[in-house]
Amino acid sequence: MKDNKLSILTNGLIKENPVLVLILGTCPALAVSTQAINGLGMGLSATIVLVCSNIFISSLKRLIPDKVRIPCYIVVIATFVTIVQLLLKAYFPDLDKALGIFIPLIVVNCIILGRAEMFANKNSVVDSALDGVGMGIGFTLALTAMASIRELLGSGSIFGIALTADLIDPMSIFVLAPGGFFTFGCLIALVNKITKGKAREKAKNGCAGCPSAAACQQAKEGGCQS
Amino acid sequence: MREAVIIIMGAVLANNFVLVRFLGICPFLGVSKKLDSAMGMSMAVVFVMVMATAATWPIQTLLLEPNGIGYMQTIVFILVIAALVQLVEIVLKKYVPALHKGLGVYLPLITTNCAVLGVTVLNIDEGYGFAQSLLNSFGAGIGFMLAMFLFTGVRGRIEANDYPESFRGIASTLIAASILSLSFMGFSGMIDGIFGM
Repeated sequence: MKDNKLSILTNGLIKENPVLVLILGTCPALAVSTQAINGLGMGLSATIVLVCSNIFISSLKRLIPDKVRIPCYIVVIATFVTIVQLLLKAYFPDLDKALGIFIPLIVVNCIILGRAEMFANKNSVVDSALDGVGMGIGFTLALTAMASIRELLGSGSIFGIALTADLIDPMSIFVLAPGGFFTFGCLIALVNKITKGKAREKAKNGCAGCPSAAACQQAKEGGCQS
Repeated sequence: MREAVIIIMGAVLANNFVLVRFLGICPFLGVSKKLDSAMGMSMAVVFVMVMATAATWPIQTLLLEPNGIGYMQTIVFILVIAALVQLVEIVLKKYVPALHKGLGVYLPLITTNCAVLGVTVLNIDEGYGFAQSLLNSFGAGIGFMLAMFLFTGVRGRIEANDYPESFRGIASTLIAASILSLSFMGFSGMIDGIFGM
């Protein structure tokens, strides 16, 4: 039993990392990963929302009618996002400015809705909370790793501490949009290499977590990605 | 007129929603395999973006702000968009079945498309008026369509090539998106150049 709880927690870290394996939440992953601190801030904000909404939804799972469950989930998630948004504005105004529009957009982050649909509405409150923590940390790790690489190559520093800025000229393209796509692509290829292609198979199952899977042609054709 | 052109050009090219602002990446990667589905999706996005802006802008300025509950923005907007998409689907199904056949499958996907919620929130953040907001949303939708159209062509080419095993699938797609995004960066100075800003 204890192993089971532990595996729920660690599942999201590497084996089913939401960003690098399941390819969910790509928009914030690409957009905010220009500086390590932003990646960390975004990851933690999303983790808080994810844990709270998982707990809330799994404790209400018997009360929410099946037909209107998605709108109900969205309301729950949006409420927690608003709370996080207000907290960030009050205590971390710099981070709030840097993340900008991507804070309200946590609402439509597929990871959160996906976990609600795939995990929280079928499992107990404790398991859902653990799943939220694991997935959230996985998201944070992926974002921070990606942001560190981009910050190191693009501005020669990590977490604002200058490392290589004096040695080599920073390649500022890495903090701009093309660098985001490029770094993300390379990281996914690396994960594929390490897992020997198993990660790619999992990405196809990621559709099950997508609330729109039923309407999505791609899901029927075997996954969002080729 | 000049301002209208600047807003539209800015939204379509210089601040392209997908390639520069990173909004709507999921449909961009997921539905860009076939040209007809890419176009269907883009049409639906343009349509819903303009409709959503027409609904959310008055709600924000006439209802939320005067009553001091501007912080309810996120919750209200996402609910309005979700309801709107459902409504549009029902109306189209009943009165314009031909259009529903074309857009129908894509409409439910759009509720969770961050580009739609993104454009409505951005319009408020930028302080645009009603007409400006509508123009900006329209431009953003067209920009999404342009990116989808170009990328569908690019993807067709990638599939035919031989590249390392690890890069199969999504990884190579992202690298291609990176190169496409690089070309869009060239537009960022263009608008300033033309209009002398």
